[in-house]
Amino acid sequence: MRSALPLVVFVLMAGLLGYGLRLDPKKVPSPLIDKPAPEFSLSILESPSRQLSTRDMAGQVWVLNVWASWCVSCRAEHVVITALANRNLVPVVGLNYKDEPADATRWLEQFGNPYATSVMDQDGRVGIDWGVYGVPETFVIGADGMIKYKHIGPVTHESLEQTILPILKELQS
Amino acid sequence: MKHFLLLVIFGLWVAPLQAAIEAYQFDSPEMEADYNQLIDELRCLVCQNQNLSASDADLARDLRRETYQMLQQGKSQQEVVDFMVARYGDFVLYRPQFQSNTYLLWLGPFLLLVLVLYLVVRRLRAADKPVEVDAAAMAEAKQLLEDNESHK
Repeated sequence: MRSALPLVVFVLMAGLLGYGLRLDPKKVPSPLIDKPAPEFSLSILESPSRQLSTRDMAGQVWVLNVWASWCVSCRAEHVVITALANRNLVPVVGLNYKDEPADATRWLEQFGNPYATSVMDQDGRVGIDWGVYGVPETFVIGADGMIKYKHIGPVTHESLEQTILPILKELQS
Repeated sequence: MKHFLLLVIFGLWVAPLQAAIEAYQFDSPEMEADYNQLIDELRCLVCQNQNLSASDADLARDLRRETYQMLQQGKSQQEVVDFMVARYGDFVLYRPQFQSNTYLLWLGPFLLLVLVLYLVVRRLRAADKPVEVDAAAMAEAKQLLEDNESHK
């Protein structure tokens, strides 16, 4: 019995450490899930004299995609966001994060504009309210104004098909 | 050439000291101390194993500015911490708060200490106990010793 003790301790430790290895430290659980989407009212990239506010989106399911022209993985994600927008399921709003309007406009011209609207968060203040720490990030907001899902990093075709689309369909039904 | 080398060495020397040098003006030394403590204890989420004071990431700079502005508005340290946790979660804290999911983290070491103390005391007690020897065996041993003596 006594001699079994080291083995038991070893198995417990190995199990615990093995579990730790499978965790992704880059995945920080967002405290914003099931919380009201932080409000903003920001100038629209295409026509800065007009503003878009979270209140304008109230009562519908929508997606907020944080992007920037300086963000390399946004380029990789662009086709996926375009695929999402082309399904015409929900409006996809772009939050142009800490970017120069001229650069952002050029980026959209070069790669195509999947966004219903893009708003400019030039000083990143709205990004802080939304807990943004790595671009790109994608939020799903429900008709009740609550954040339902947050995706950190570029959305892949798999995560779009397997996670985001089912969530959107469930929210809309 | 010598000057160039000196310049290179100086450049290398200076680089790590560049983070967190925004020259903020504080209303009081206490506020400055609060600020320095906060940016030491808040994590930069971009470069995960650095705190805000050590990181030169854009987000870290923004969060330092946010911290500074909140303190200037008269917010308490706890309010700044709550603000950060509401947006980035408990992960942003290098010093986790004492709450239901961190009880084990905070109390675990003390539980371990108590457990180890208990085991040590138990073992010492066992060692202290006088050895009980059966009277017949004792008599036999004595007899053997005596026989040994007499054979010499």
